[in-house]
Amino acid sequence: MRQLCKGNVAIVKGAILAGCRSYFGYPITPASEVAEAAALYMPQIGGTFLQAESEVAAINMVYGAAATGARVMTASSGPGVSLMQEGISYCAGSELPCVIVDIVRGGPGLGNIAPEQSDYFAMVKGGGHGCYRNIVLAPASVQEMADLTVLAFDLADKYRNPAVVMADGFIGQMMEPLDLEYREVTIPERPWAVQGTAETRKNLVSSIYLEPDDLEAHIRKLEAKYIRAAAAEPRHENFETEDAEVLLVGYGITSRVLRSAVEMARREGLKAGLFRPITLWPFPAKALLEASKKVSKILVVELSNGQMVEDVRLTLNGKVPVEFYGRTGGNVPSVEEVHSQLMQRVMALV
Amino acid sequence: MPTDAKADVKESEILAAGYEVSHSKSPLFYDKYERKGDLQGQTHYCPGCGHGVAHKLIAEALQDLGLQDKTIFVSPVGCSVFAYYYFDVGNVQVAHGRAPAGATGIKRSCPDKIVISYQGDGDLAAIGTAEIIHAANRGEKITVFFVNNAIYGMTGGQMAPTTLVGQRSTTSPWGRRPSNEGFPLHMAELIAGLEAPVYVERVALSDNKNVMKARKAVRRALEIQRDGIGFSFVEILSPCPTIWAKDPVEARKWVAETMIPNFPLNVFKDRKHDPVVNAVVPQRSVQEVLEISNAPVGPDAPIRAAESLGDLPQGTPSSGTDSTKARPHQHHFKQFEIKVAGFGGQGVLLLGQLLTEMGMREGLEVSWLPSYGPEMRSGSAHCHVCLSKERIGSPVISHPDVLVALNEISLRKFASQVAPGGLILYNAERLPADFQLPPARVICLPASVIADKLGSTKATNIVMMGALLEETECLLAATAEGVLKSKIKKVEMMETNRKALAAGREFIDHYVRVGAVSQPDGFAY
Repeated sequence: MRQLCKGNVAIVKGAILAGCRSYFGYPITPASEVAEAAALYMPQIGGTFLQAESEVAAINMVYGAAATGARVMTASSGPGVSLMQEGISYCAGSELPCVIVDIVRGGPGLGNIAPEQSDYFAMVKGGGHGCYRNIVLAPASVQEMADLTVLAFDLADKYRNPAVVMADGFIGQMMEPLDLEYREVTIPERPWAVQGTAETRKNLVSSIYLEPDDLEAHIRKLEAKYIRAAAAEPRHENFETEDAEVLLVGYGITSRVLRSAVEMARREGLKAGLFRPITLWPFPAKALLEASKKVSKILVVELSNGQMVEDVRLTLNGKVPVEFYGRTGGNVPSVEEVHSQLMQRVMALV
Repeated sequence: MPTDAKADVKESEILAAGYEVSHSKSPLFYDKYERKGDLQGQTHYCPGCGHGVAHKLIAEALQDLGLQDKTIFVSPVGCSVFAYYYFDVGNVQVAHGRAPAGATGIKRSCPDKIVISYQGDGDLAAIGTAEIIHAANRGEKITVFFVNNAIYGMTGGQMAPTTLVGQRSTTSPWGRRPSNEGFPLHMAELIAGLEAPVYVERVALSDNKNVMKARKAVRRALEIQRDGIGFSFVEILSPCPTIWAKDPVEARKWVAETMIPNFPLNVFKDRKHDPVVNAVVPQRSVQEVLEISNAPVGPDAPIRAAESLGDLPQGTPSSGTDSTKARPHQHHFKQFEIKVAGFGGQGVLLLGQLLTEMGMREGLEVSWLPSYGPEMRSGSAHCHVCLSKERIGSPVISHPDVLVALNEISLRKFASQVAPGGLILYNAERLPADFQLPPARVICLPASVIADKLGSTKATNIVMMGALLEETECLLAATAEGVLKSKIKKVEMMETNRKALAAGREFIDHYVRVGAVSQPDGFAY
């Protein structure tokens, strides 16, 4: 049965469906409803909600809970996520599965609380110290806020790695119908967890390897996981790409604007298509190449001054000209605005 | 294994004798320190270092209390980062200063286990000050052992938050100057000043007598956790011969003669019971909390009319038997976009939500996008509502089919955005004199005045909704009643809202449809 639900609340509902019963977080606009929903729901189903003294503490509580094998999550926005980066690196280094939600707002610094997509570098490229990756999922609807949170928990477990759900202020704040189906959750065995039992007494959760050769071996092991994930996990959505001559590329809220822009362009006879990455890491490079085969121009649109566009350009490697249009500061381009950008650039090509 | 009573007798004898050094190794330590790499028969601690003694006291206590299999030991960053080389218990190594946060996450997940946070002075009293204070203040049922040697050891002798006034370090080369570096932090006293902690003691590894006191404190702290009483904290003044550049005997003497006078030994707190009173949280099923119907889902599943649609009036098409099929109401649009705007507090966002909920119940694709800003006085608010027969692209509306303007600012700000031939519903008797008409139809209706007469200005938005539904027929008024009924719990308010809805519709019928002509200067009322 469909229920009208806010994006931020849908995240917690998805998390509960995925068997998560532990939430540690700190309020920040526009992500606070995630904490509020967790505060309301978790204790009623025997779970834990704790408002930490800071994002730094919150992510380390996540680390501790994850070390015991709990399905655990936190959520924040730009500045708070910056504070969590050290802890996220520790989680990756110690191979602890956990889910981190970033409802991106305007930056740098205090910036503002309006939507941006300017945390792409911070979340997709690492952000914290050391050789690690986050699995990053980018929902574009309230339904996906729940669905991709469920997926995030599964992927975090599968790769024993942090998984990030990265949305923006708009997807977090908007309401749409949400369809939830109750399912029994089987949380995978965690023989590595430290649970205060005779069987797990031998276990150690740690990210320190003092000897260079030991640390290198550890990093190679992590890398092998990332190579596996890069092959198996990319996800994307194509819209009208089959005969597309120009391709729009965007994720999250932007992809919704682009979808409307594609429809508008098609009404005017321009064969436009939309490629929407759902996983930002691993980036769906193969699928993008496939969708770009007959394309003469690509326009990447982001709520930033150009972050994901770097991955698009790396993927295309010069095969197709890649243009960029970005809005920042909390401005979300209108359909007409994108349409006009598209027309200008297509005309420039002719 | 001696019983506690026997141990006490032995302890008093030892104390009476004034000295005792036990060279036995606790079986709680690994036989061989395999995680250590080289030299697996010895620790990495320097000769005369207090960590070895502190480790031993903890290991013996865990062994004697029978807690080995239940214990999770959190090692910090600092000299004791490698505590997991030695303790044959579950081990978690955490980031610098965050051990109390990590331990909190562990304890909350394994509430019946023994969780130990073992930290040095830089870790606990500098970078991790917030974490320790808040873990203590929450009364986390963990045990914290705080090893204070007034210096940074592992990084090679920099100033610690507990470095004494005048004490030299590589980063206080002229001695700690309070005017520059402040005073040493007294953590035990700070922690004891909080409400929640039940046991706080400072001990010293200065001589055998004090070591035996420390032994007792370690046990007491762990017993408190074992019994689930609350937060326990033991500060251990500890020698660091290497960085202090003293031999082990001199270093112990320095603890006794220089540290103790600055950090007095004391039992600062020893309460028997956890005094916390908690409100009871009602327990519900996951399905209830998530508002998931237990009915089968899928395109053929029936929806339960009473719950999902509210009580619809007789004769109104109620439960479609198909949750995905549009209600019998024939929506005259492919996509219908509404912008609602006004002051915060006028029910702007709620009106949008109600329309969105109605659209969903009528089987449409819907989206509601609010403006959001910091909570502040006189803020303005608006929201975008999309009702569509197809998947909705951008939820950001550029050219709404309808603008519901609840105040003049919103009218002036958004009127020009309305799609040509669209509709503006303006909450006033007439348009402002200098207002330039956009190419849209404008209906002025004094919704606030009408709502006032019905008994509540709060119903302004519902009057507007009635007018909107009557004028555009985008959604059914019957659906509106159902939605209102499920959202509004207060009976009187529901009655007012029902009247408001009717009044809005009536206004359109009387003044717009019947004879009246839409005039820029509004309608007589």
